[in-house]
Amino acid sequence: MKVKIKVWRQAGPNEKGAFKTYDVDGILPEMSLLETLDVLNEQLTKAGEEPVAFDSDCREGICGACGLMVNGMAHGPRRKCTSCELRMRHFGEGAMITVEPFRARAFPVIKDLVVDRSAFDRIIAAGGYTSVNAGSAPDANSILIPKDKAEKAMDSAACIGCGACVAACPNASASLFVGAKITQFSLLPQGQAERDRRALRMVAQMDEEGFGNCSNHAECEAACPKGISISNIANMRREYMHAGRVYEEHAGGGGAG
Amino acid sequence: MIKIAEEPMMNAQIPDGPIESKWANHKSNIKLVSPANKRKYTVIVVGTGLAGGAAAASLGELGYNVLNFCIQDTPRRAHSVAAQGGINAAKNYQNDGDSVWRLFYDTVKGGDFRAREANVYRLAELSANIIDQCAAQGVPFAREYGGTLANRSFGGAQVSRTFYARGQTGQQLLLGCYSSLMRQVDAGTVKLFPRREMLDLVVIDGRARGIVCRNLISGAIESYAADAVVLATGGYATAFFLSTNAVNSNATAIWRCHKKGALFANPCYTQIHPTCIPLAGESQSKLTLMSESLRNDGRVWVPKAKGDKRPPSQIPENERDYYLERIYPAFGNLVPRDIASRAAKRMCDSGHGVGNTGYAVYLDFADAIKRLGVDTVRDRYGNLFDMYDEITGESPYQLPMRIYPAPHYTMGGLWVDYNLMSTIPGLHVLGEANFSDHGANRLGASALMQGLADGYFVIPYTLGHYLADSKVLSAKVTTDHPAFKEAVSAVTEQTRRLVGASGKHTVREYHWKLGRILWDHVGMGRNAKGLEQAMSDIRALRDEFWKDVHVGGSDQDFNKNLEFAGRVADFMELGELMAQDAWHRNESCGGHFREEYQTPEGEAKRDDQNFCYVGAWQWSGNPSEPVLHKEELEFDYVHLAQRSYK
Repeated sequence: MKVKIKVWRQAGPNEKGAFKTYDVDGILPEMSLLETLDVLNEQLTKAGEEPVAFDSDCREGICGACGLMVNGMAHGPRRKCTSCELRMRHFGEGAMITVEPFRARAFPVIKDLVVDRSAFDRIIAAGGYTSVNAGSAPDANSILIPKDKAEKAMDSAACIGCGACVAACPNASASLFVGAKITQFSLLPQGQAERDRRALRMVAQMDEEGFGNCSNHAECEAACPKGISISNIANMRREYMHAGRVYEEHAGGGGAG
Repeated sequence: MIKIAEEPMMNAQIPDGPIESKWANHKSNIKLVSPANKRKYTVIVVGTGLAGGAAAASLGELGYNVLNFCIQDTPRRAHSVAAQGGINAAKNYQNDGDSVWRLFYDTVKGGDFRAREANVYRLAELSANIIDQCAAQGVPFAREYGGTLANRSFGGAQVSRTFYARGQTGQQLLLGCYSSLMRQVDAGTVKLFPRREMLDLVVIDGRARGIVCRNLISGAIESYAADAVVLATGGYATAFFLSTNAVNSNATAIWRCHKKGALFANPCYTQIHPTCIPLAGESQSKLTLMSESLRNDGRVWVPKAKGDKRPPSQIPENERDYYLERIYPAFGNLVPRDIASRAAKRMCDSGHGVGNTGYAVYLDFADAIKRLGVDTVRDRYGNLFDMYDEITGESPYQLPMRIYPAPHYTMGGLWVDYNLMSTIPGLHVLGEANFSDHGANRLGASALMQGLADGYFVIPYTLGHYLADSKVLSAKVTTDHPAFKEAVSAVTEQTRRLVGASGKHTVREYHWKLGRILWDHVGMGRNAKGLEQAMSDIRALRDEFWKDVHVGGSDQDFNKNLEFAGRVADFMELGELMAQDAWHRNESCGGHFREEYQTPEGEAKRDDQNFCYVGAWQWSGNPSEPVLHKEELEFDYVHLAQRSYK
């Protein structure tokens, strides 16, 4: 196959970016989009040009490192599929494929397609955990968890932290990411002691990072490579409201979603 | 040529006493750092996977001042995240006869009697605590309707002791570990340094006292001083270029430590995983694993007739060879990985392979779907089936999967003693980066167990012992020490040399060629002639690399080619050591299969008389002349026997 890659080039965070179009030949339908970018980069390197910078690691859809807007959609046109899993057979011979970084105020561009998603780490640091030190845990079977609850918690825990939800949202909201973590813990007996504090702190951190609010577009759910449901956001609001009543003095400004 | 050290025997510092009480006694006897003094110690942890993340979090909880480094943009992406199938623990929740002893026994036997008994026993002992810890963190393990934890079976065991979270066990354990780590970041005990690549170890007065790394965004070469260094940077399977590891997985940190004096043990023990999606083309960047758990319900087969090109649905039952069930009736499709991989290779080499290339075998779920119904199969393996479908465009619900072995894990790594300390005092090595627990073959669901045991439950004790014992506190160093300046200038010089190289070939081309050599000669089947060929080919390739590589870009910038160039340069030295180690070990054991040494049935034939030792290699300054040290292995509890899974 032969395709055209129209890709965002930006030398650094404070440089002006622009699209540039390249022809790439010798592509097989079973190759991934990232492997096509590899081929393009080999081509550019040999021509003495700067290769296109992009993040990727596991290349099997689980690490969350890759994240590209492909033809205007976060991770491209396939449902429940990361950029690294996206195969070229979904594009026709001679197709023009537009590739951009995930864009959001809270995800500043570092170079070309690479963005800074460390805001997510700071949100998790604000409460996305149970406070249990190594060595102090009771026997695992002493805490029974109904199968359906464990499965629901797993649905929320499946988040890979790629940021597609933010990139797809017209408001660049991180509500699906935050909602998924809050929901996971709200379903489990572990960490109940800090449930309210968690919801308040994580939401406050989300606001502080400059993510927008949720206005129920549901683009996040459509873009999520792990199919995480927007109901996680509703649950986050419920948790936040409940926590706000418990800790009224702490709940000021911003809001859940 | 290789040399043998004059005093080759190594001391692993194994505590005295019966194996059941070694760890308990050791914990009672080792030195402690008082709570008030812990914050005065700075500990560098490199890596944020299960071993590194667990170590950094646990050391932070204890009150140490921890600096934690990773090459990814966030700790949550370390490659432990990709482990699919599960984690073993001797809980005996199934009442099926499991025990610490049995897990210990299975692991020693599975490793083909080339692991250190005392370490393996400790690992089996700690396995149960890991599950408790992870459950308390909120890891959503699979459950039964009554709310108890569920288990499944994995290769090399006849009990059901594997805990799992769908096909994403590694991800869930890592996220649990990451959440504990971020809690410590919030508490101020751990400081994170993402997008940093460790490029050198700083050794002062014979002790590890810091690291030099490159900031992968700005290109700055940065120095960090500490009282001890903990490495948990994973394995080196990407030396093969195509492997199931992440594209950024690399051996640079352990290799640079090796060049600073840390011995490298058993580099030839590499695991070729039997169930991966076969290679499709030359631009492929990695091979994707399909979890071993699939062998619980999937049946492996090939056509009985050579070169049978009919689609699988048209091959009747009596013309299929379910060769694992036929050859190994006791374990069937659940034989250990090395055995399953070699059996697949034998089938394909003898003309029974399927698919376009003839290098694949079927993993068939038709019977499981008939027996359990499609919903149960989807419940167990749904995400793996989806992944296979997304990659190949074929649905495993309708067609058997095509699978073939691929490099997956490396049992070899930096040599460590019982305290997980390398031959450089103060340098501790955890998880896949060390060599200690899996011998010549790792059983499925044991890597996650080892990484977390090392990080949560071993290093918090043994590191304190080192710090209290070594009196490093009275000899504080800073990055102004000349040893840091030297390391920085050496790293800067190599970086400049690479970035300035303006030959004709890309880094990727060299990596691809190196991978080809290793796969052909240091892969599933090895022989003396092929290994000699590999050594000379690697030497030639290395010379060519330094003459003719083209990197480009700037060293003061985000530069992927430059990152890869340094890693490939290291792989080209390590690759030769892998071949040398394989060449010197005139026996077959586990994943190391020397074609000259096999039983009449084609199984690995060990030579316990001459090779019942750990081969630990010392850097001599010349990659072609390593020096061999040995740690004798004694099997006082599990008696040496020919492994049989029939």
